[in-house]
Amino acid sequence: MKIKSQRDFWSGLMFVVVGVAFACGSIINYSFGTSARPGPGYFPFGLGVLLAVLGAVVLFKALTIESEGGQPVGAFAWKPLLIVVGAIILFGFALPRLGMIITLPLLITVSSFASDEFRWRDALLSSVVLTAGSYAIFIWGLNLVIPIWPTFLGG
Amino acid sequence: MDLINNLMMGFGTAFTPENLMYAFGGAVLGTLIGVLPGLGPVATIAMLLPSIYSLDATPALIMLAGIYYGAQYGGSTTAILINVPGESSSVVTAIDGYQMARQGRAGSALAAAGLGSFFAGCVGTVIIAAFAPPLTELAFKFGPAEYFSLMVLGLIGAVVLASGSLVKAISMILLGLLLGQVNTDVISGTPRFSFDVPELTDGINFVVIAMGIFGFGEIIANLGQPAEHREVFTKDVKGLWPTKQDFHDAWPAVLRGTALGSLLGVLPGGGALLASFAAYTLEKKISKTPEKFGKGAIQGVAGPESANNAGAQTSFIPMLTLGIPPNAVMALMVGAMTIKGIQPGPQVMTSNPELFWGLIASMWVGNLMLVILNLPLIGIWIKLLTVPYRFLFPAIVVFCCIGTYTLNNNNFDVFMTAAFAVVGYIFYKLSCEAAPLLLGFILGPMMEENLRRALLLSRGDWSTFLSRPLSAGLLIAAALMVVVVMLPSIKNKREEAFQDAD
Repeated sequence: MKIKSQRDFWSGLMFVVVGVAFACGSIINYSFGTSARPGPGYFPFGLGVLLAVLGAVVLFKALTIESEGGQPVGAFAWKPLLIVVGAIILFGFALPRLGMIITLPLLITVSSFASDEFRWRDALLSSVVLTAGSYAIFIWGLNLVIPIWPTFLGG
Repeated sequence: MDLINNLMMGFGTAFTPENLMYAFGGAVLGTLIGVLPGLGPVATIAMLLPSIYSLDATPALIMLAGIYYGAQYGGSTTAILINVPGESSSVVTAIDGYQMARQGRAGSALAAAGLGSFFAGCVGTVIIAAFAPPLTELAFKFGPAEYFSLMVLGLIGAVVLASGSLVKAISMILLGLLLGQVNTDVISGTPRFSFDVPELTDGINFVVIAMGIFGFGEIIANLGQPAEHREVFTKDVKGLWPTKQDFHDAWPAVLRGTALGSLLGVLPGGGALLASFAAYTLEKKISKTPEKFGKGAIQGVAGPESANNAGAQTSFIPMLTLGIPPNAVMALMVGAMTIKGIQPGPQVMTSNPELFWGLIASMWVGNLMLVILNLPLIGIWIKLLTVPYRFLFPAIVVFCCIGTYTLNNNNFDVFMTAAFAVVGYIFYKLSCEAAPLLLGFILGPMMEENLRRALLLSRGDWSTFLSRPLSAGLLIAAALMVVVVMLPSIKNKREEAFQDAD
């Protein structure tokens, strides 16, 4: 069998898998109850089954209905994906330990690499401007509780 | 008259210096993100949600509302000047607006869009003020069964009118509803789908989902495309005041656009986007010179722009009166209300009259500010158009990261956002629209509670949803919508209408 729409095929598959996972998860772990006294598993089970059914419809259509050019998913933009997600995770690890003054320039410089037009000068400029701006807005302006200095400095 | 008294109270609230300031701030920010590419109102409002913790509810909502309708104004500026719609609702404005700009009539096009939007905004505000109270009355008659059916209608309505595949959109709603099930069951107190992670027992924060998918997901998608070099076609905008002929041509279109937009905005799933598409089609249909459309017809700018602003205003009605968000921005507003400890729904009008009427009055004030911001100050916004994306996206990353961290002062939310960034990018690659997911996520817990309460009351009898007339009517309306959209003739028309815009 030939896949007629790549995008719909994979979305259908995703819906089926998630739907089945939620339906199974709720039936195994939580009490279903009865219609008169619905338990915690009642609603998610119904939703999961419904999602799996609709996902199957999407899958079926993707395999039977001709679409323009097969709707390929296309290449993943691995570079921006990994760099941006990596930068967020780095921020999550670094902020409580290194504080905002160090973490933000790190975050900005690393995430700037995700762009094809990376230039050191621009990244440094962004780092300075955005770190100062964030300090002004979040610390002075909004009084948010964010670690500012690295913990080893006693901040 | 009650209406007058209420509006007076609203203006009293809206005209306090603090609220004026936040309305202005929201309008400026809205215009800014409308002008800047790759940053929409959903991501912006999500970014700002953490900062409203320190505000009162009224100024916070006034500001968020300002961002929403400000984006409608800003989006049309870029559509006209550089043929890049800043917001999806300005897509059709670009068709004729850009042609006008190329013919040296950018000023007229901007003025038609700005003044048309202002007129529509005024009418929309009056409509909210007039129709909200009776709708609220109606909402008090609703029991859990009716509420459940209403949410079904709202969610279905939100997707049948949108573009793209209907089955996929409904699946996305269900996915959102399921994500909303990661929480502690209200009735039995059982933590669900939390995998023994304590942070998950309170549920996933909707800001995390909105920022991950709409903020980061879009950044990755934008960066994955080759850098576009944006050229500003018209640096100097001269002759902001339209000619007599332009006025003559534009005002009937403004009236029609306003009427259509107000109507479509109230419908679940309506709002700005659909209104502008419908208005363009209408103008083209009834025009005596349809061949001029696509070549710089001022009706093609005035009609859709009025309609999208009217629709943006009236889409507040279901959110304010029923607590049912008709689109993703309203879903975030509902979330913002919850953050501020206000239970969205019909009781808001009686329990928080200052908030309710102040918000409505501030919309009129905000629209006035926007005309001033957008017409005489147009030069500033044109300059902003030239900000390269490589400066813009690190700023978005910083705001989103700090925003997610400060939700609970905990880096768990940051890691969750990173995960949703990946999910958002996958949705983008599979052309799965993410807005229905957010709607489903926001409504999920409310829907479950009402469903279970309705079933408890009916002793497990599912027919309660059909034996109660109001509830049955709502469900039938939802079913009709799906059936109508599935009809082959309408289906083709619908696809045609959305293709017209491309």
